Amino acid sequence: MNDFFHMGGYAFYVWGCYGLTAGVLLANLIFATMRRKRILQQIQELSEED
Amino acid sequence: MFTFLHKFASPQYFYAWSASWQKWSSILAVLLMSVGLYYSLLNSPADYQQGETVRIMYVHVPAAWLSMFGYMVMASAAIVTLIWRIKVAEIMIGQCAVIGASFTALALITGMLWGKPMWGAYWVWDARLTSELVLLFLYFGVIALSGAFDDERAGARAAAILTVVGIVNIPIIHYSVEWWNTLHQGPTVSKFDSPSAHPSMLIPLLIMALAFKAYFFALLFKRARAELLLRERNTSWVKALLKDTE
Repeated sequence: MNDFFHMGGYAFYVWGCYGLTAGVLLANLIFATMRRKRILQQIQELSEED
Repeated sequence: MFTFLHKFASPQYFYAWSASWQKWSSILAVLLMSVGLYYSLLNSPADYQQGETVRIMYVHVPAAWLSMFGYMVMASAAIVTLIWRIKVAEIMIGQCAVIGASFTALALITGMLWGKPMWGAYWVWDARLTSELVLLFLYFGVIALSGAFDDERAGARAAAILTVVGIVNIPIIHYSVEWWNTLHQGPTVSKFDSPSAHPSMLIPLLIMALAFKAYFFALLFKRARAELLLRERNTSWVKALLKDTE
């Protein structure tokens, strides 16, 4: 198990890459969800002004 | 044919059919990503030269492929925008650019993290790296142009023109490793008759590549559907749709 985290001495590089990948995948998802919420709110506000 | 296409791309119809596409590509992305991660981290050998850093390839190469694939999707939307001015295509351009830029940056940074231990430098001004960096700036340009006009449709047309001009960079990225003497290695997978990667490494790579593509479409639909609601907010179908969900 320790070998797995150690990655032959390249732990920083290998886990760094997988961490960044996870970060990009999650961030894209979170931003898209926030944007959708914001849009629905915005439409609501605009329709109330009419 | 054209009436069919027109209906297919009409905002209301698109919003309806893209819902199930978004769902299924999300499911596919999760499944493929789980299997792909299992192979790339647990069930594949270390390379005899690169050691464990070969595992970086299973995220770096799919990200790099997606950076170009996303550009081609964006370019298709750009061409449709310029010829037929279809609203859904106009929206797709900006959404592809945001996703594409994030994966181009990921490809560059994971490449740097592999380059440091293997080449001894995070960055070299090699033709492959430089043309990929140009791709990132093209994406930034498209994002900036899409939002630079008060009239969203004018912005989409400007972004479409930049996208079409920028297509020239895609073959440059692809062939850069053959045209110039680069530090970046040549293609190992696209030679379909005789790929030079062993199946034990090719399988995790291809599964991860498919997982990234499924994720791209899931995200593209999610983003495009939301933007479409905003642009079409004054139409009766959006008003009816939102009333139902309240």
